[in-house]
Amino acid sequence: MTAFKRHSSGGLIDRTQAVPFTFDGKSMRGFAGDTLASALLANNVTLVGRSFKYHRPRGIMTAGIEEPNALVTARKTPNLSATTLELVAGLAAQSQNAWPSPAFDLMAVNALLSPILGAGFYYKTFMGPLKKSWMWYEPFIRRAAGLGKGSYERDTARYDTRHHFADVLVVGSGPAGLAAALTAAKAGLRVVLAEQDFEFGGTLLSQGDDVTRHWRDAVLKDLQEHAEARVLPQATVQAIYDHNHVAIAVKTPSGMVLELLRAKTIIHATGATERPLVFANNDRPGVMLASALRTYINRFAVSPADSVVIAANNDSAYLAAFDLATAGVAVTVADARKTLSAEVLARAAQNGVAIFPNSGIADVTGGKQVKQVRLSGPRNATIDCDAVGMSGGWSPNVHLTSHGGVKPVYRESISAFVPGELPRGHYAAGSCIGTFGTLGAVADGEKAARQAIALLGAQPPARELERPGVPPDRAYAIMPVWSAVAKGHEKSAFVDFQNDVIAKDVKAAHQEGFFSVEHMKRYTTLGMGTDQGKTSNINALAMMADLRGVTITDAGTTTFRPPFSPLTIGAIAGRSVGKHFRPIRRSPLHQWHEQNDAVFIEAGLWQRAWYYTWAGDTPETAYIKEMELVRSGVGISDVSTLGKIDVQGPDAAEFLNRVYVNGFAKLPVGKARYGVMLNDDGVVLDDGTTSRIGQDQYYMTTTTAQAGEVMSWLEYLLQCHWTDLHVHVASLTDEWGGMAVSGPKSREALQLAFPDVDLSNEALPYMGVKDIHFEGVTVRLMRLSFSGELAYEVHVSADYTQSLWEHIVRTAGPLGIKPYGLEALASLRIEKGHVAGLELDHRNTLDDLGLGKMASKDKPYIGKDLRFRENLQVPERWSLVGLELMEPEKKLRGGSILFAATDEIKGHGRGYITSVTWSTELQKFIALGLYQGGLKHEGEDIIAAFPLKNEQARLKIVSPHFIDKQGTRLHA
Amino acid sequence: MIIACPHCGERDVSEFRYGGDALRVRPQHGTGDLKTWHDYYFTFDNPKGPHTEHWQHVLGCRQWFRLRRNTATNEVMR
Repeated sequence: MTAFKRHSSGGLIDRTQAVPFTFDGKSMRGFAGDTLASALLANNVTLVGRSFKYHRPRGIMTAGIEEPNALVTARKTPNLSATTLELVAGLAAQSQNAWPSPAFDLMAVNALLSPILGAGFYYKTFMGPLKKSWMWYEPFIRRAAGLGKGSYERDTARYDTRHHFADVLVVGSGPAGLAAALTAAKAGLRVVLAEQDFEFGGTLLSQGDDVTRHWRDAVLKDLQEHAEARVLPQATVQAIYDHNHVAIAVKTPSGMVLELLRAKTIIHATGATERPLVFANNDRPGVMLASALRTYINRFAVSPADSVVIAANNDSAYLAAFDLATAGVAVTVADARKTLSAEVLARAAQNGVAIFPNSGIADVTGGKQVKQVRLSGPRNATIDCDAVGMSGGWSPNVHLTSHGGVKPVYRESISAFVPGELPRGHYAAGSCIGTFGTLGAVADGEKAARQAIALLGAQPPARELERPGVPPDRAYAIMPVWSAVAKGHEKSAFVDFQNDVIAKDVKAAHQEGFFSVEHMKRYTTLGMGTDQGKTSNINALAMMADLRGVTITDAGTTTFRPPFSPLTIGAIAGRSVGKHFRPIRRSPLHQWHEQNDAVFIEAGLWQRAWYYTWAGDTPETAYIKEMELVRSGVGISDVSTLGKIDVQGPDAAEFLNRVYVNGFAKLPVGKARYGVMLNDDGVVLDDGTTSRIGQDQYYMTTTTAQAGEVMSWLEYLLQCHWTDLHVHVASLTDEWGGMAVSGPKSREALQLAFPDVDLSNEALPYMGVKDIHFEGVTVRLMRLSFSGELAYEVHVSADYTQSLWEHIVRTAGPLGIKPYGLEALASLRIEKGHVAGLELDHRNTLDDLGLGKMASKDKPYIGKDLRFRENLQVPERWSLVGLELMEPEKKLRGGSILFAATDEIKGHGRGYITSVTWSTELQKFIALGLYQGGLKHEGEDIIAAFPLKNEQARLKIVSPHFIDKQGTRLHA
Repeated sequence: MIIACPHCGERDVSEFRYGGDALRVRPQHGTGDLKTWHDYYFTFDNPKGPHTEHWQHVLGCRQWFRLRRNTATNEVMR
């Protein structure tokens, strides 16, 4: 049976260019200029999928971006609306949510479950007596309900991001948008015209006449002659953020570009969306918006084969009715209004359109395709038809104007919401402010553009824009009718087609107290589909207002949020995927590490050498060998990632004295000191070693993780508060590189590297600092140790870091020097009991970390007062302990929860392990951790639990300094 | 959101870091007691509307400066 047919003439399709495509594997042909939806209808395909929850057969309802039903999967992307998908050769589209096919769908058994699948289903089954049965239902229901399926395959589309600027952004290319864009372009302004469709013209494309089409062609031609105007098809304005930062998704042949546009002014010409009516079986394939029927006949030359019934409450329905009648389709209009204008009646008679006033549609018959409708009203007629039109009035598209927080306001005269008062630089024109006529829209658009021109101070065009030669706009009359559902039919009267929300669900929301539209939305899932309720929201909130007995204004709308239409996440990511997900920082020694078989690990943005394969093929074996090397011979490690800050000025000493808890003013030139700084709240911010290079110059190092934070903090203090201090800080983190040369043979190693420098214990004692000149380059030698061994840090300009490193490795080669990585570096410091990032977690105080004694009693420092807050002083705070594993056959894991021996192993325990390592010296697992009461419990046996692996182990609390407690090695 | 750095001019907000209420008066270094510092650090207004703030052009010239911003609309005010 033919329900839809293509006419042999008319439309904006190119009949000379046939376009082959497939739908569910079946080969078909359309024409250039078709959407997938129009091509399917031309091929008489009316059933295109099954609904979300009840698996009811569904067809094409609209001709635009508001489509709730006709969603397909193509190019591995689910939920593409057939009504916006341009038909291209080879397009292979699949229907969704039906198995094995939409016509024979086994999952339609969900419809049998419909009594329990209504609004609130999830909440009720979770909370109510069915709670246990949920376990049984869940996999079944989850599989059957849903929209399309994502792909696990790599997305081969290309995504990119671009930044642009404009004086005027015009959203939408209907009559208002075209008029606005051309007027602004004539003023010499940089104009962007963004149109989501692949054709410009908006509603002009749905009008059958040649006059407006010629006007459109002339305007576009004129626009293209203005070099400053950019005219973008397939460009959907998805979001408008603060300061007119606009996200435009622009389709390209290979993917999508997200244009981030800074527009000085924005003209909203976004049009309006027709509303469906709520009646029994209004979701049957073939039930469509009346305006969509009009678009299909005028733009695509496709129409119902023989006859159509349109349910209406407003005059716009007759535009579709007359155009369909002209194309030879028998049209009946069931109009809810008792009296119609003489003009409508006269034109109906002239066009042979039958009108049933004071009538509506009571029910629709036909499972997979409309067959017949039964009218309600005085003449209880049944009419055979191929399609049904719904014309419930028009909702201006207020989404984008609302993104900035402008609340829509309800206008009684058109029974619809329009944008509220727009901010400076925003204008709206055409049907999105309720101007439902071509000439009015053109006038609106020109006016908006002239306002923007005035605001921007540009020269307005002298002459008024040429108007299309069409008759004056007709008046638009509407009687608000939202729902006409006969008793007993509430289960098949759909409000939200995509999410299968029925009239009964809105009633249920009301009965159960979910009055507010925001509550109703979440309770019923109304408007939460990929179409975001573009066709359904207003009907639902009007029905709710009716049930509550309040006005629509009082009921209000839900919040409009970006994106305006479904946007693939790839477009948001752009090129920031894989290796480009975020920037990578490489040390100046990176290349050397690569060439010498380092295995890398991410540390923030840094790529750090984790371990080297000379020591082993796995981190577990390699780091132990690297540790042994440092404890017995000499190793070299890259510490370039440390924050490095040059602090200079006559007040540098005073400045450091303020930011560190310990004194720096009296630090002699040529000496380094370990320092800790606090936040204003008295909690530890960071630690590091700072050296005095000269009377007025210090060289500060910070932890790798906090380098940026500390730098910004120092600048804040100097620029915002301590403006009287003469100090300048400069980051050298990227400008300088550094290496640690560690182990009992480290002095020997450096002596081989720098034979002319006196490195004796007297000349460069522990914590001594010396700038030397080596082959014309300044090299900073600092006798610092993170490992607890005799050790040095050697810092030098990043340009020379690799050659200096190579020089040391080469000259100290006879001593067996080898590189060691981050894992060994971190393990050596655990043995020594040095805290690091895992302990400095911005929650611990000096006392928690056993560093309280470092703080000066004599001078003020940042955080001094708040450090002594009552709650930071309680003895039961979790504080630093050393831990030794007492069960040698077991393994210790970082993050294990600590319990006292007598505790029940449950809950958050009394602390946790922060860092863990195998100790090469003690030949056992050791750890640092935070434990309630800390070292007061030294010597006690406790339990470490790792519930994820169901492991427990006995530990002993010990001093965190596992090796060389007297520091004899450091001072050797 | 676009912020005008006093040194570099108008730049995207992603180049800046926020530094909080600029009208809070930090006690002079070395003065004040636990209560003074507590009040300074923990009790301050969080207004909806105009707010004078510190911002740093952290990915640019690194200058800290004051900015008056409407916290409800992100409008930058003179």
